[in-house]
Amino acid sequence: MNFMASKQPENSLLGPEADSQRTLYPYVTGTSVVALKYKDGILMAADMGGSYGSTLRYKNVERMKAIGKHSLLGASGEISDFQEILRYLDDLILYDNMWDDGNSLGPKEVHNYLTRVMYNRRNKFNPLWNSLVLGGIKNGQKYLGTVSMIGVNFEDDHVATGFGNHLARPILRQEWHENLSFEDGVKLLEKCMRVLLYRDRSAINKLQIAKITEEGMTISQPYSLKTYWEFSAFENPTQGAVGSW
Amino acid sequence: MPKQQANWSPYDNNGGSCVAIAGADYCVIAADTRMSTGYNILTRDYSKICKLADKCVMASSGFQADVKALQKHLAARHLIYQHQHNKQMSCPAMAQLLSNTLYYKRFFPYYSFNVLGGLDNEGKGCVFTYDAVGSYEKVGYSSQGSGSTLIMPFLDNQLKSPSPLLLPVQDAVTPLAEAEAVDLVKTVFASASERDIYTGDKLEIVVINADGIRREYMDLRKD
Repeated sequence: MNFMASKQPENSLLGPEADSQRTLYPYVTGTSVVALKYKDGILMAADMGGSYGSTLRYKNVERMKAIGKHSLLGASGEISDFQEILRYLDDLILYDNMWDDGNSLGPKEVHNYLTRVMYNRRNKFNPLWNSLVLGGIKNGQKYLGTVSMIGVNFEDDHVATGFGNHLARPILRQEWHENLSFEDGVKLLEKCMRVLLYRDRSAINKLQIAKITEEGMTISQPYSLKTYWEFSAFENPTQGAVGSW
Repeated sequence: MPKQQANWSPYDNNGGSCVAIAGADYCVIAADTRMSTGYNILTRDYSKICKLADKCVMASSGFQADVKALQKHLAARHLIYQHQHNKQMSCPAMAQLLSNTLYYKRFFPYYSFNVLGGLDNEGKGCVFTYDAVGSYEKVGYSSQGSGSTLIMPFLDNQLKSPSPLLLPVQDAVTPLAEAEAVDLVKTVFASASERDIYTGDKLEIVVINADGIRREYMDLRKD
């Protein structure tokens, strides 16, 4: 029984007071996440930027986290909503562990849970403003899936969020193949992240690559990609089109 | 401050086409496997077909999250039915359940365009076609989804049923053999893929007959 006076209207149909509780737009956002299946598991990359509109407010945001023993979650979109999702997942994993029955939630199960959470929030017109990437491996079975803020979900051999869908997926469709080695997988991800760095305004040159295998999850130290700005087209961009920028 | 409007939509159209054709002792249900959003392809390998009961299969296109939720809902209801009645739901029974489920959300619809196909209690093929809020009709064949405007007229040309207004009531199921119906489905999707940008990649065909359920795949244009 709740004896404390609650200012929060529980019924989200309660009209104007409840409306102020609903998400209208995101504030602090992360940009693309790119992930692919490789020989031993999943590789995922995301930069460490947290943008506040067009300002680069935070430069040390970890947008990929391990979930339980078998899964890795990457998120783009509203950072605070990502943190709330991590709280939900903490509870989920805790209860799973408390059963103490030798069973543990695999990536497929976590993905399904996240899909239901995102869809239910969308039904209440109060979405968690994220695009999530969930990857993992359990008992030799690799899994890589994604969920959007309105609950659209699917699994594939490679996935990306946001700009990654436009810039990284085509590269992955061309160059991904089964049983990539770790080095080749990282090279391919870096190729995608480099393109995003050149062309996505909200991308920053400080990224992490996370790997999840049967042994567990490891996440790299933040590092930056080598970039090349001496392309002749960059040198004098308005040549041939005076007055443009 | 005036009330802010939401700048996001709870709906999206993930595209795709579905077809079902009923025969004397079989039913063919088919859908492409492309999932899109706007002008992007999200994945080329997503099944729109869901087996609801032993002799009852549903193909749905539209907003994928709603389709998934609808499939889960019906699967759960079927499980309860099995516990209570100790038997599988028949296709006509599932047809009514689907209609009621859709209408239940009449004022926040499942953006899902469905065709239900299977065998009725006598083993004859039956196809039911739906709109997003549950109006349904038993027909001999149907198509739904982004390619339906291209597919339906062709099916009418090849399979035209006698009018349901005629007396005595004529059978709507096609006299075609199973292999011919499957071939027609392949032709129809190959054509739709040419002109509908949301249809393509791969075609998944499910055939239900007295022997059970079998699945077949065919490649479609990837552009």
